[in-house]
Amino acid sequence: MAEQLQNKAVQTTGHAWDGDLQEFNNPLPSWWLWAFYASVLFALVYWVLFPAWPIGSDYTKGLATATFKNDQGEEVTMGWNSRAAFIQEMQEGGDALKQKAYLQKVSAASYDEISRDPEMTAFAESLAKVVFADNCAACHGIGGTPPIVGLYPNLRDDDWLWGGTFGQIEHTISQGRIGFMPAFGKVLDTGQVDQLAHYVLGLSGHEVDPAKAKLGEVIFQGEEGGCHYCHTQSGKGLYSQGAANLTDAIWTVADVTGQNDLKDKVKLVSQVIDEGIQREMPGWSKRLSEIEIKLLTVYVHSLSGGE
Amino acid sequence: MSEHQAKLYASRTNIFPRSVKGVFRNIKTAILVLAYGIYFLLPWLRWERENGPSQAVLFDLVGRKFYLFDLVVHPQDIFWLAGILIIFAYLLFFVTGLAGRVFCGYFCFQTLWTDVFIYIEYWVQGERPARIRLAKQNWNLEKIRKLSITHLLWLMVAFSTGMTFVLYWGDAPSLLVDFMRGEAPFAAYATAFFLTATTYVMAGIAREQVCTYMCPYSRFQSVMFDKDTLIVSYDALRGEAREGRHKLGAGCKTEEERAQQGYGDCIDCGYCVQVCPTGIDIRNGLQIQCVSCALCIDACNTIMDSMGWRRGLVGYTSEQAQKGKAKPRLIRPKVLGYASVLVLAIGLLVWSIRQQAPFDLSVSQVRQPIFVRLSDGRVQNSYEIKINNKMSRPIELSFSLQGLEGAELDMGAFEQIRLEPQQRLRLTGRVKMHPSGLARQNQSFVIVAAPQSAELPTLQYSSAFYAPKS
Repeated sequence: MAEQLQNKAVQTTGHAWDGDLQEFNNPLPSWWLWAFYASVLFALVYWVLFPAWPIGSDYTKGLATATFKNDQGEEVTMGWNSRAAFIQEMQEGGDALKQKAYLQKVSAASYDEISRDPEMTAFAESLAKVVFADNCAACHGIGGTPPIVGLYPNLRDDDWLWGGTFGQIEHTISQGRIGFMPAFGKVLDTGQVDQLAHYVLGLSGHEVDPAKAKLGEVIFQGEEGGCHYCHTQSGKGLYSQGAANLTDAIWTVADVTGQNDLKDKVKLVSQVIDEGIQREMPGWSKRLSEIEIKLLTVYVHSLSGGE
Repeated sequence: MSEHQAKLYASRTNIFPRSVKGVFRNIKTAILVLAYGIYFLLPWLRWERENGPSQAVLFDLVGRKFYLFDLVVHPQDIFWLAGILIIFAYLLFFVTGLAGRVFCGYFCFQTLWTDVFIYIEYWVQGERPARIRLAKQNWNLEKIRKLSITHLLWLMVAFSTGMTFVLYWGDAPSLLVDFMRGEAPFAAYATAFFLTATTYVMAGIAREQVCTYMCPYSRFQSVMFDKDTLIVSYDALRGEAREGRHKLGAGCKTEEERAQQGYGDCIDCGYCVQVCPTGIDIRNGLQIQCVSCALCIDACNTIMDSMGWRRGLVGYTSEQAQKGKAKPRLIRPKVLGYASVLVLAIGLLVWSIRQQAPFDLSVSQVRQPIFVRLSDGRVQNSYEIKINNKMSRPIELSFSLQGLEGAELDMGAFEQIRLEPQQRLRLTGRVKMHPSGLARQNQSFVIVAAPQSAELPTLQYSSAFYAPKS
């Protein structure tokens, strides 16, 4: 190295420390410097075009704009920002337009046509999944199964309170439902409620005290309880009243399936008879568009297979 | 401070490579012609397909399919890309370990395109001295004419390069017409413009700067070098001898005369330096700038031939061989290791491509909720079933279960489904079963998709059925 230095084969920066400690100079190519200047220039142009510098509580807006239609259908032009650009893309972008066209097709098709067309079904389901998550999942749970039995109906099982055809589901979603069962604690004494509970549990094949069930049947089918008016004499329920089918394995209010002991089961059922039921699902026709309700109907129908 | 102010940035010194004839030049030219032939003509090659474009090689981004002759690559085959990348990487490692920067010297696009641009320069402006003279002389009509023709031709090559690249992503004939009419998608113009610009700048102006300063491969290839790796090198023992290299002159013309005076075989003609596209002197030893293009070998061999002396003053050798240790050792553990990984990767890729079924089935269990009780006491699990017909004819599928006794599969209206050519579908399948029939809480089973035509394979996908403890 010393030789190279003496021969001036190597350029040094000219700095010297401790007398003889020198720094070699391996110069960068100058285009590298120009590339740096070019990136500085790029930044300057960017500042002019896009939002860049904070000024107090405001910022420089830039010259670029994004234009979209707001909810009232008015055209809005504002300084470029990613949210506005996103809305613009969703309104005018090629894929968004394609989606819109397909949505038109689905909205013109009947439920029967949709359910026979796997592509339309899949399309409706993917869109409705989002609508469901935004509007319905708060009560019915993501995927249609509420986390706690009793509060809200499970949409995944094959048991329907108000009917599971496309038409019935659509009606339920758009108009809402009020589920009501009177509190029988006011007209029946504790013993009668207990007998009724035994009878009701027996309807769906649970092992009960036959003597109590016998007495319960009289209350259920007679004028005293009058349960058969809504639940029918066979106990299968009525869609028009939203009355539950008591003969199947599904319990939408009392968590009977979660209990092993007859005593606990009776206790839960008695509580329902005693206090009655008051549940309400709001109607969505004012909050959701027609097509959204249609998509949701297809989705809810598909969760269980419908009726 | 020294008398000269140190410069922190160095401007590029123009390099005017002299043309040369020889074995390696011929090899390079052959590779160049082959590569250009493939690159520029491939998009125009037509190919019969029952269903799909009639272009042999087409990367259809919108349709999410890559057509490579009779192979159609779908998005789910993305791991083939990983396989190809692994193969390319190991091919590079293998070749570099064996013979140094062969990729740089013979195959890299930078080298190929620079070669063409230098040839254009040579064709318009003449041999090295003429080009140096032209660069030095004041601006006049001749200089303007020659330089503008050169740059115009460069731009034409650059544009054809960019344009051709674009043609791989759409139907070439109609895309070219649309492009010229101004009706092609924006992406086509942007890509063509960008590649025109980069080709022009990289191959016309930046050239060896790309290899020396920008390219990461050129740097990390030195990691794969060892003492047995073939490198382009100057035989300093022979060239310098005792008294160093010396120009031909009175009394030192023949080998005998030179040997007597202690001069080496290098007559310091400078031909090897003049032909170098990166502007280095190979006689200074192995340098990072050297792309192993081997043109200096051709140059030196030409001189040695004309002198009537032995070839190989500059040649392919290895550090070991230079030290006089026999011939370069080609078969070494490292090379064998690279080779075996390479063979393995190629084998796996070929196997995987041959395994490609004419249609796809995949099943995933819906986990929210994982199960639901039904009114008749059975338990139901739901599954998302995806099917994909990769063939150019429709297919009729029917679904069934295996390994789940007493279970029922409910596919809604789609028990039997017809898939159009190249169609993908997502279906919901519901499996219903009484929990008492289950041996375990989480029972695995198989969903079977059976095509109606017997010549197609039946596909299976295993999943699990979950039921709570009753």
